[in-house]
Amino acid sequence: MNQGRRSFLKTAALGALGAAATHALPAAAEGAKAAGGRRWAMLIDTRKCLEKKGCMKCAEACHEAHNVPALPNPRHEVKWIWKEGFRQAFPDQEAEYFDETLTTSKVLVFCNHCDRPPCVRVCPTQATWRRSDGIVMMDWHRCIGCRYCVAACPYGSRSFNWVDPRPHIAQLTPDYPTRTRGVVEKCTFCDERVPEGRPPACVEACEAKALMFGDLADPASEIRGVLRTRFAVRRRPGLGTHPEIFYLV
Amino acid sequence: MYDGGKILAGIAVFLLVVLLPVWHNAFVASAPRPEVKIVTQEKQCVDSAAAMRATHMNVLDQWRDAVVRDGIRTTVTPTGMHVSMSLTKTCMSCHPNKKEFCDACHNYLAVSPTCWQCHVEPRPEPKESSS
Repeated sequence: MNQGRRSFLKTAALGALGAAATHALPAAAEGAKAAGGRRWAMLIDTRKCLEKKGCMKCAEACHEAHNVPALPNPRHEVKWIWKEGFRQAFPDQEAEYFDETLTTSKVLVFCNHCDRPPCVRVCPTQATWRRSDGIVMMDWHRCIGCRYCVAACPYGSRSFNWVDPRPHIAQLTPDYPTRTRGVVEKCTFCDERVPEGRPPACVEACEAKALMFGDLADPASEIRGVLRTRFAVRRRPGLGTHPEIFYLV
Repeated sequence: MYDGGKILAGIAVFLLVVLLPVWHNAFVASAPRPEVKIVTQEKQCVDSAAAMRATHMNVLDQWRDAVVRDGIRTTVTPTGMHVSMSLTKTCMSCHPNKKEFCDACHNYLAVSPTCWQCHVEPRPEPKESSS
């Protein structure tokens, strides 16, 4: 009897060890792959952005390029990139006696393309997933509109199409699809432009040159150079999502 | 068989009513096969005409998965062309007449693909005015 229990415990421990190893191995392999590939990220210089107060050129360019509708009812709002009050965008950032021109202003926010995206964890159909280059991608063909991702995203980056967006798109861009009612959408880091070597639409549209798009996996990239020399913050780092949108303050 | 006549008459009436669409097509004129109008600038398509007729929906599904899921945007077709795997940029640039090209068959066969709920159908007006 005693011998039976002892051998049972040994087998159980061995099994647990094996299970842990199978979980750890793919994660390690994924990390290695990311190191060899690309890791797209964005850097926002909030000071430069504030030079042009009220400028929304980036959002206009993005929303036009991606057929994002302008819905009259604010409860139906669909947005990929917008401005949020500093205190709302960085609720855990203690900036007690910091320059008020920044802390009372609005900062540019959009999908953070997290390294550990909570939206991806909850999606039941894998309609949203993290690509090896870091882009948190969406497959609108596969989205069933359950809105788990909307609830999971701590940054409010995702919008749900409560109504048919087609009639509310002022200028249709024919080469990009619209969405349909019952589908969630968000910024895709211009996955259609990046492979062509073009920067995202918002970066291209920014007149103040406040936005920088680059590859974090390349130590010699411009974005890594700036991040090495200047202190940057990310939105709500305490949540462990590892956002890849950096803000120079 | 008790009440045989009634039963057989009942069955006859039942079959008459249930198979009404069949009778309709058998005795009245059936809908004419649609004439698909193929407008194109290219000499050849991404595959042979017969293959396209039979499997264009599978080709579109493969393209969709390759572009969206795997980020692969171009392909070499069985006919040796290098094309962008895009419904609007590749297919519709050659065949811009959605109504006569896509809808003619789809309506005849009563299939309703959801492509155009999101993808933007080419508008014929600007092309006519520019030409």
